[in-house]
Parts: sequence; structure tokens; C-alpha cells
Amino acid sequence: MNADEPTTPRDEPLEPHPAEGEVLYKETFRIIGNDFEHGGEAAARVKAILKQLAFPTDAIRRLSIANFEAEMNVIMYADDAEMELAVLPDAVRVTFADHGQGIPDIAWAMQEGNSTATPEMRARGFGAGLGLPNIKRNSDEFSISSIVSVGTTLCYVVYVNGSNRGAQ
Amino acid sequence: MRTVVGLLDCEVACGQEALDTPVGACFAADLMSDVLAFSSSDALLITGLTSVQSVHTAHVADCVGILFVSGKRPSPEALQLARDVSIPLLTTTRSMFEACGILSRNGLVGSARS
Repeated sequence: MNADEPTTPRDEPLEPHPAEGEVLYKETFRIIGNDFEHGGEAAARVKAILKQLAFPTDAIRRLSIANFEAEMNVIMYADDAEMELAVLPDAVRVTFADHGQGIPDIAWAMQEGNSTATPEMRARGFGAGLGLPNIKRNSDEFSISSIVSVGTTLCYVVYVNGSNRGAQ
Repeated sequence: MRTVVGLLDCEVACGQEALDTPVGACFAADLMSDVLAFSSSDALLITGLTSVQSVHTAHVADCVGILFVSGKRPSPEALQLARDVSIPLLTTTRSMFEACGILSRNGLVGSARS
């Protein structure tokens, strides 16, 4: 594959799905690479927002886990990223668009246990190769694309009354 | 959680007011990736990782508290965050193996997502 071409998005959402429609609330967060000190703050902020909006606890938990994994991925592997939260009538959609090294082989990265983490990352409790699979497991829709040396875009959706029971 | 404090002679670093919260199960790991991937909600997180990420992990995974083993104490940042998000932090001088053994013998079960 040409490294300049985006890798194929995977797990295209099935139609129809509730991740479209009017955006009731939107907020964007900036995540800085290697900023372990603040790693998790965006996920915590989103959790507080969803609790204020009285979302079901299961949906909040699944989305919060996905958000924290994605946030830590940016901190460990990217230069920076924008995280966009979009609250929809029946779902929450989160998009991470990062600038950084990108992922040369998404299929490889999606397998549990595959990781390019450094010993320092593992000493901080991360880098076991569980992040991307765990984001997918906790989502009802999931897509990822990446361009090597440019960055990765990750988008996932959690339904308010989700069908993803495996993540509980 | 108050029973856990007694069994392991814990110090309560913060969250004294929440010690009556029931502990549904326990999940022991130093790898936060494992907690995020495999723990169920309402678990007591047992770990030796004292950084702020342990509290973030417990928070997003809906853990009822964190037990730091082997005499380790939470970092100042972890302590402040735990206070902010109301997660009790316990410390024990017991090793992770000993702590898990004692809690298991006293009826606590492992947390694992089905």
C-alpha cells in the first residue's frame, strides 16, 4: 500500500443508525502528545457532561472507557489531536483527528496484544495492545483511517440505549 | 469498603465518607489497559500504580475505590483527582498477592466482564 494513501476505513456503520441527525451539543477538546500529566482530563470532562445530561450509566461507562483509551493513545503516539464530542438525539459520537506517525497496518493494530509501546508507556500502565480493540468493543459504531506520517482519524458512536452488551 | 479497611489494616487516604459503599468485586492489576478492558463496574481496583492515571481509570470504569498495595501511596495529583471525583483511596502495606488472598478468603470475588 502506498503510505500516502489513507488506509481503508473499517467497520462502516450499518444503515440505518442513530448517529446522524441533529447535534444537540458539541464541544471540542485539544489533546497534546506526551502530556501524561493531563491524560484523562478530556474523558473525565465528557463523563461529567453526559452525567449532567442524564445519560444511562452503561452508555456513559462505555463511552468514557473508549474516550480514555483514545485520549491515552494520542498522548502516547501522536503529536496532538482534536477530540470532538457530538451529542445526538439517540447517540453520542466522538471523533479524534490526530497529527502524528499514523498507523501503517490498522488490521495489525486492531488485534489484541499488538503494540509498539515503549517500556515507559507500559510502566505508566498502558501500551498492552488493548486500546483500539477496547474502543471498538465499547462502541456501537467504529471507524478508523490513517495516513502514515500524517495522522489518524478515529470515530466511534455509542447509542444511548446501546445494543453492545459485550462491554458491560 | 469499611470491611476491606479492617481486613487489610488500611489507611484511608481520602474518601472516608464513602466507606459504606458496597464492593461488588475486586480487580487487581498494575496495567490500566487490563482494567479498562476486563473489569466490571462497581469493582474495587487493587493496584500498585500510584499515578493520576490509576484514578482516571477507576473513574471511567466506575470502580468504587482504589486499594494501593505494598505500602505505596498515591501521588499528590492522584489524591487531588480522587477527591474531585469522589473515589476513596485506601493504602495497605500488604503485597498485592497477600491482599488479594485475604480478600478472597473473606468472600470477595474477582471482577470480570462477562
